[in-house]
Amino acid sequence: MSNADNRNSKGVETTGHVWDGDLQEYNNPPPMWWTWAFYGTIVFALIYWLLYPTWPIGKDFTKGMFNNITFVNDKGEEVTTHWNMRALFLKDQQTGEQAVKQREYLDKIAKSSYAEIMQDPDKMAFVNSMAKVLFADNCGPCHGRGADGVIGLYPNLRDDDWLWGGTIEDIEQTIRKGRNGYMPSFAGVFPKEKLEAVAAYVLSLSGIEGEDKAKIEEGKHIFQGEEGGCYYCHAKDAKGMKSQGSANLADKVWTIANVPAAATYEQKLAEVEKVIVNGVNREMPAWEGRLSDTQIRLLTVYVHQLGGGK
Amino acid sequence: MFKHETIETNSALLTVLALIAMGIGGLVEIVPLHYINDTIEKVDGVRPYTPLELRGRDIYQREGCFLCHSQMIRPFRDEALRYGHYSLAAESQYDHPFQWGSKRTGPDLARVGGKYSNEWHVQHLKAPRSVVPESIMPNYPWLLENDLQYLDIGDRMRALKKVGVPYSLTKEEYDANVEKFGEEVAKMLDINRAEENLLAEAQADNFDGNPNRLTEMDALVAYLQMLGTLVDFSKYDEGYFVEFR
Ligand code: HEC
Ligand code: HEC
Ligand code: HEC
Repeated sequence: MSNADNRNSKGVETTGHVWDGDLQEYNNPPPMWWTWAFYGTIVFALIYWLLYPTWPIGKDFTKGMFNNITFVNDKGEEVTTHWNMRALFLKDQQTGEQAVKQREYLDKIAKSSYAEIMQDPDKMAFVNSMAKVLFADNCGPCHGRGADGVIGLYPNLRDDDWLWGGTIEDIEQTIRKGRNGYMPSFAGVFPKEKLEAVAAYVLSLSGIEGEDKAKIEEGKHIFQGEEGGCYYCHAKDAKGMKSQGSANLADKVWTIANVPAAATYEQKLAEVEKVIVNGVNREMPAWEGRLSDTQIRLLTVYVHQLGGGK
Repeated sequence: MFKHETIETNSALLTVLALIAMGIGGLVEIVPLHYINDTIEKVDGVRPYTPLELRGRDIYQREGCFLCHSQMIRPFRDEALRYGHYSLAAESQYDHPFQWGSKRTGPDLARVGGKYSNEWHVQHLKAPRSVVPESIMPNYPWLLENDLQYLDIGDRMRALKKVGVPYSLTKEEYDANVEKFGEEVAKMLDINRAEENLLAEAQADNFDGNPNRLTEMDALVAYLQMLGTLVDFSKYDEGYFVEFR
């Protein structure tokens, strides 16, 4: 421990530590700007402690001064509290510039009838921008960002074909309460030929016919008769029933059976048979409670116009 | 005696003293939270995980889902719009370790419960891109293949009990839970019935879509479907939660 061996120091003090016999460290003072910045942080801390909640004291803590936040609670009373993120957030929701602008429109949407909304281009512009984001966050993961759906999993909402009805009221009900699309499995109910016959009939309703016309006729009997009982849910005309969410089988639009992707007639038959054998059970979640009433209204209008609603 | 040089040239001593210095910093920040009265909001509904959810949570951790997903909605307008009500401390009071996280490669999951159907979760975990084409989340196909190991569920609950989660072993503890959470929940928290409860829940809700098998998917989806669903926010004045800060 000596400063004696201080050959190259040109007069600068060393820290006084010596390693390996001769290794030393200069003790230069830090630059002025650094020193002042350091004092600055201390002053900053003192001011911060004064203004913001910081130090714990017993079961409580210092709340900060000159920095209160006033918001309005649900009862309409003004509440003033010490600075904290939750109060700040609430106040921003109530009086923040963006929030106020948005609420102006949200209030209009909440108070107008669907017809009024759809006739007003200004409101529709708001619906389109806001509902698009809501749709991407909440509905897109199932129905796809563009609402095209996935055959077999999630219905396409762009086509003008509705399982549960395409009126604005139907759509609101679907979003609010959710839906459960259910068709029982017919596994083991029909022997192979009859299964093929029903499938052939279902395909024929969309204008896809094979050679064997007798088979289609046989399928029709099964579909329309007690043996299949398909008409219970799909109706005699096979156009589906809104109360059941049963698909319209006579409109060339497919929601479960991936008929469009199948190349040959045999493959198309197999797709339809697969639905009959496996049945369908898929769920559209209910959004009431999760999304606000106004958000549901926005989405209802948005989805309605996507599908060229009824 | 403690000269600067003595400390700098003695690595063991340096380590110990550095730990003490950092320890003080940590304690000053953390300890007060345990005795300040309003750290944890007083709300109804929050309960410890059921045995099945607990196994799901373990799998969530094992698979490193937290590396891409946070479970902490902050009180900002954009987060409220996208994810819902900001997270409460009360909602993670039984989490050991908590899953708040700060890395959001994927969306926050604090309120994902009930947002999607079980089928969606199964499909999405098996092959995310089959439902969300632009997703970068990995496939987890083995969740459907692996049988759920649940014989150690009692031990897992006992371990959590040691750190303060009110799972019950004795009659008194059970009664205390009935008092606090109601009978239905208290039954679920009873370690003596853990296996039976786990099997019953998996059977009743059939999360993975296959009623004949109990897979890791059942547990994980059970866990995801309850996230953020315990507190009924419509029961509270928004100003109420501010009082706790
Ligand atoms: C978990 C996946 C999932 C999510 C998320 C989801 N849906 Fe659905 N949705 C479905 C399924 C499945 C069906 C079909 C139900 C059936 O088969 O009857 C459906 C059906 C619908 C229908 C009825 C279609 C028809 O033809 O009648 C509408 C409208 C709809 N969804 C809108 C929405 C909106 C708006 C959202 C977002 C708030 C949303 N969905 C989110 C799965 C989902
Ligand atoms: C209990 C009611 C019910 C019965 C009985 C029923 N279906 Fe269905 N079916 C449905 C529902 C509901 C859907 C739509 C499911 C969905 O979209 O989630 C459906 C869908 C289908 C589809 C898919 C349509 C598409 O667009 O992809 C076919 C094919 C079909 N049914 C054929 C039949 C045949 C054939 C029978 C008789 C053997 C039958 N169904 C009996 C309720 C029923
Ligand atoms: C590499 C990062 C990564 C990992 C690891 C990861 N995820 Fe994801 N996750 C994502 C991304 C990105 C999305 C958004 C796209 C999508 O929906 O797939 C997402 C979406 C989700 C969603 C839908 C959230 C919503 O609100 O739409 C859930 C649920 C989810 N992940 C669960 C999990 C679970 C459970 C695990 C672990 C088994 C996991 N993730 C692991 C990146 C990841």
